[in-house]
Amino acid sequence: MNLFDYLEPTTQFVIFSAIKILIVFGVTMTFVAYAVLAERKISAWIQDRVGPNRTAPPITKFIPILGPMLVRLGIFQPMADGLKFLLKEDFTPAYVRKVYFWLAPAIAVIPAFLTFAVIPFGSTLGNPDNKMVIADLNVGVLYTFGIVSLGVYGIVLAGYAANSKYPFLGGIRSSAQMISYEIAMGMSVVAVFMVVGDLNLGAVVQYQAKHGWMVLHQPLAFAIFLIAAFAETNRLPFDLPESESELVGGYHTEYSSMKFALFFLGEYAAMISASAMMVTLFFGGWTLPFLSEPASSLLVGLLHIAIFIAKLVVLLVVFIWVRWMLPRFRYDQLMDLGWRRFIPLALGNILATALVLAFISP
Amino acid sequence: MSTKIVDRKPLSFFENSYLPTLMSGLKVTWKHFKKSALQGRPLTMEYPEQKWVVPQGYRGAPYLVKDQEGSTKCVSCQLCEFVCPPKAIRITPPGPNGAPADRRNAEKAPAEFEINMLRCIFCGLCQEVCPEEAIFLQKDYSLTGESREEMVYGKAKLLQMGGTHGGIQKWKHKLEEAEAQEVFPVRTN
Ligand code: SF4
Ligand code: SF4
Repeated sequence: MNLFDYLEPTTQFVIFSAIKILIVFGVTMTFVAYAVLAERKISAWIQDRVGPNRTAPPITKFIPILGPMLVRLGIFQPMADGLKFLLKEDFTPAYVRKVYFWLAPAIAVIPAFLTFAVIPFGSTLGNPDNKMVIADLNVGVLYTFGIVSLGVYGIVLAGYAANSKYPFLGGIRSSAQMISYEIAMGMSVVAVFMVVGDLNLGAVVQYQAKHGWMVLHQPLAFAIFLIAAFAETNRLPFDLPESESELVGGYHTEYSSMKFALFFLGEYAAMISASAMMVTLFFGGWTLPFLSEPASSLLVGLLHIAIFIAKLVVLLVVFIWVRWMLPRFRYDQLMDLGWRRFIPLALGNILATALVLAFISP
Repeated sequence: MSTKIVDRKPLSFFENSYLPTLMSGLKVTWKHFKKSALQGRPLTMEYPEQKWVVPQGYRGAPYLVKDQEGSTKCVSCQLCEFVCPPKAIRITPPGPNGAPADRRNAEKAPAEFEINMLRCIFCGLCQEVCPEEAIFLQKDYSLTGESREEMVYGKAKLLQMGGTHGGIQKWKHKLEEAEAQEVFPVRTN
């Protein structure tokens, strides 16, 4: 630590940021892998099946009771899946537009990870200057919206690059879906920031620590944000770009091996970042009602991170559960819901919030 | 006039809010989740450990059977070989100087009896045609092996898998009758 203190503040900042980035990236990747497992397990249970329960690396033989239990829970399945994706043949159909075909998976996966940069996933760790957020931007939420909407380009590009009808339909659907939900999503958040009076996500968390969770102040905004998040991340009931049953696989029909895995990663990473956003905006981030002061010790700092992750996991389970609860919306129903219900509702919500702020509680 | 036009009632405001659908979806999924995750009763049958119990009369793999006294029932008549549609059976008869059958009064027994389980279609014609009730389709439905050779079951294996089959012992009765002829006066009952 002593050596570290001698370094320039800028160098310190760079080193700290690099470490945070690496850790956040690693944790997110693990989360993605295990979100896939959770999805498979939960879907299996909901459909009266057992789900992945066979993958067992040889070491499990030497762990007495725990080993077989972990195997039955499928804990090792993500590793096998990852390995499989790496070793599979990377097939490029002859008629695709090569450059875009290669570009699309990268564009789909990067924005999903970039959003994590502004999310405060803990208070502080060690000394009070080590904020647990990679980039403490004052326009955090604008950044998020800017980045998240880039994700759709990956999908549209994939649809275009594949040069075949199903991916193309998937791409078109995706862009239409995106414009109808992005607006409602943005508007729902406007009300939140009117209440808080700051665009910095850390400030939002601080406000909630003082005044209670935002979901209690702005339930309508939360509902709209949640549903829009489902549409943004292409999850059922709004998985129209993918819709296996009608478009084969939608935008990623022509993709295989690691390129397909990137879309897959992107989808789950987007799901996690959307959940992280919701935790930050509506569920008090890393705070609990009685644990809202920034951490003074290392242990409390870790506890805050754990609280954040626990909230995140709950929301992920909601995401996964809903997938098996509702059938897919029809295309026109989706548009109807986005344009004719959510946008007016969100506007009304903004207006109501403004009136309440102006006349009742300034 | 077989077309019946069902009039659809317009949805009420409450129904239009998707909330009832959401609730019933949650109810159904929770019911199944509870059953398979919390109570540990999924519908899945975990195959190699748990096996399906086949019903009576199931046509599984054909095996040779022995009679109550432990002797081979097959007399190497080769009818099953002849009838077998995919030619899965190959019988090597004992030949003029081969070993005799392992029971009295039966003329012969196959020197070798092979069923290629990769060819067999479990049709049951061999069982149907056998005059000796020597071959039966039993309840094995999943035969596995690591090579083609291994899937050709020989006589020893077929007999071992087949087990014993009770039933009339044709040649034993013939023998008894023949022996009864030897004594005098002839038994009449
Ligand atoms: S069951 Fe049919 S196919 Fe199989 S050995 Fe008998 S006759 Fe041949
Ligand atoms: S199994 Fe039956 S039909 Fe086939 S050779 Fe033996 S006695 Fe004949």
